[in-house]
Amino acid sequence: MKFRIERDAFADAVTWVARTLPTRPSRPVLAGILIHTSTTGIALSSFDAETAAQVDVEATVTEEGRVLVPGRLLGDIARSLPAQPVEFAVEGSRVQVTCGRSSFTLPTLPVDEYPALPEMPSASGSIPGASFASAVSQVAIAAGRDDALPFLTGIRIEIDDTRVTLVATDRYRLAVREFNWVPATPGLDVQALAPAKTLADTAKSLASADTVNLGVSAVEPANLLGFEGNGRRTTARLLDAGFPDYRALLPKESISAAIINTAALIDSVKRVALVAERNTPLKMSFSSSEVVLRAGTGDEAQASEVLECTLDGPDIEIALNPHYLLDGLGVLDSASTRMSFTVPEKPVVITPATDDAPSFHYLLMPVRLAG
Amino acid sequence: MSRSQIRRQSGPTGLGSDDAGCTILHIDMDAFYASVELLTRPELVGTPVIVGGSGSRGVVLSATYEARALGVHSAMPMSRARRIAPDATVIEPQHHRYSEVSAGVMAIFNSVTPLVEPLSLDEAFLDVAGAVRRLGAPSRIGELIRARVHDEQGITCSVGVATTKFVAKLASTRAKPDGLLVVPGDEVIEFLHPLPVAALWGVGAKTEEVLVRLGLRTVGDIAHTSVETLRRALGNAAGTHLAELSWGRDPRSVTPDVGERSMGAEETFARDIDDPEVVLREFLRLSHKVAARLRSHGSVGRTVVIKVRMADFSTLTRSRTLPEPTDVAREIYDVAAELYDALGLQRVRIRLVGVRLEGLIQADGGERQLTFDVPGDAPATLDWRAAEQAADRLRARYGHSVVQPARLVDPGPGD
Repeated sequence: MKFRIERDAFADAVTWVARTLPTRPSRPVLAGILIHTSTTGIALSSFDAETAAQVDVEATVTEEGRVLVPGRLLGDIARSLPAQPVEFAVEGSRVQVTCGRSSFTLPTLPVDEYPALPEMPSASGSIPGASFASAVSQVAIAAGRDDALPFLTGIRIEIDDTRVTLVATDRYRLAVREFNWVPATPGLDVQALAPAKTLADTAKSLASADTVNLGVSAVEPANLLGFEGNGRRTTARLLDAGFPDYRALLPKESISAAIINTAALIDSVKRVALVAERNTPLKMSFSSSEVVLRAGTGDEAQASEVLECTLDGPDIEIALNPHYLLDGLGVLDSASTRMSFTVPEKPVVITPATDDAPSFHYLLMPVRLAG
Repeated sequence: MSRSQIRRQSGPTGLGSDDAGCTILHIDMDAFYASVELLTRPELVGTPVIVGGSGSRGVVLSATYEARALGVHSAMPMSRARRIAPDATVIEPQHHRYSEVSAGVMAIFNSVTPLVEPLSLDEAFLDVAGAVRRLGAPSRIGELIRARVHDEQGITCSVGVATTKFVAKLASTRAKPDGLLVVPGDEVIEFLHPLPVAALWGVGAKTEEVLVRLGLRTVGDIAHTSVETLRRALGNAAGTHLAELSWGRDPRSVTPDVGERSMGAEETFARDIDDPEVVLREFLRLSHKVAARLRSHGSVGRTVVIKVRMADFSTLTRSRTLPEPTDVAREIYDVAAELYDALGLQRVRIRLVGVRLEGLIQADGGERQLTFDVPGDAPATLDWRAAEQAADRLRARYGHSVVQPARLVDPGPGD
């Protein structure tokens, strides 16, 4: 096997597949990147228990073949090569990578032992890469990190024809994002639960693609999610767990709603939260034209700050975990924020104030104060 | 020889009275649980009374001096105590009463000096250096405390006054009951050297055996043995430690309780266990023990740590940090059981298990991040906390075994 490839294209492709290399491979061959020649160039793949990634790149192939090389090492080498065309050749059981005046010889791994990659599910629909990446990043912040409750570490994907809804919750907050897409077949009705971290990483890596095709395996129960964009394909194993009926958690109406400048609010919360030790809340007292933020208790350090706001409805005081609040405000993507309340022990709903029918909802459970 | 055999030789205010520099006080209530019980049973004063579990496997927690005269001592099986003191009145312990009296006593200590280091409900070290100008010489302060404890709480205590913690503790033991003993700085050696080796802090049955085998029976014998010999016999740390103590050197200062950073409980099985069911049941029991202690201190902790020691003494610890701090046994147990399962021990014989909570903070009286009611989730935590708090109240009133998890109920003999 022998090919010649542009340095940047090679480095990008290797770096991208190397992302999904397992840190502690269950089998030695899984530490490798599989490279094989195709009609238009080469394809690089990596595989672990959760995800598989494959990318096609143009290259001038002079000899066809298939080889498995140590992934991390190839990644390190590809990133540091000089800006010259790269020659890649298999010689016996070794690989020769030459670029300008540098030359590397790498051992190979037994390619016959490498597992077959899962088959890419056929596309269910498509969306621009940037829109997809931003939608996923908005809900991923609310996903749990504690493996003890697997369904909380996932992002729920609900496809209803042209409408897609992404939801995640760690029981303290819940993020819901809706967007439109182009379904591959009309009338599609699919629900799936994808690992939040994999979904977020993959969506981010496909942000530059004009179109991302998303597919959920048709086999029941659906167990594989496929992404394709820019010649890059990723499959991710879906979580086999149910998801709570989040719609029941969304408050039907609110009693008070405040509108605040988002950037100013983020800055004040960050300042006031400096004195809030771990697990102590930020208190927000809303009145008709201002909100007072306070943190710190008793003998400890205290802070307060006053911000302008417009409140529609009766005054309300609420206590929140400042970090959870900042997570939501950070992905709101709107110059002003609407915070809607019912009673101090029910969730606060945070939405972009610029939108009457917002496509993003961030629900945050308050902290119940002592006494 | 055991520590209980050290007896007062020269009356309540024996040895010297030169208490200059003797600013460390060790104060110990006399027959604490029994004395507290007598407050509500005055007709029993002057008779043998034993406090402890009256069940077949109960042990003596405390006994009046009349009962002690018959040979009853704490930690003795109740069945044996009844045999040697058939006329003694046996009283089931009421722990909440002891806590109340203890709080009153500790309040008296704290009014004398902020440097109070409680050792248990009924004893504490005090450093009164800062109170001498205000209240007088250390022995006077000791008498003052004894008078106030008696006036306010109706029980007696004994006080040891010395230059170091360890000598003060020996002195209070010697002063019992209802006495005060000063060991002046220049009489420490004279006081210490005739004592049996078991009097030294850190000498238990095993160490005592080693020392006696070397022919060392008194503290004086240890003092006149080379440190090298002691180190060889007992190990570097213990050898050095005993050599220091035998000359009355104890650098430990009185450290007020600044709130513990961790709380835990361990259990050594009577014999090594390889049945996971038994191990998990022990984790459940320890989780309840730790959780109850957390609740009584008003603390919550975030990190659950388990410890498993195998028959060959190799020890594993595993920990997991929770998203929210807890004082709920049910939550602690769930994590402990999961950590234990993850060890994947198969038919490994286990000698000891322990559960500890780290990252303790004040419980803040109910301030709590609320959660969505997610269906399919574990039952709401608040219910478990409420249930366990209710159990705390029942136990405080009716004794420890009145309510406990079904898995921990002893099926009793013959089952």
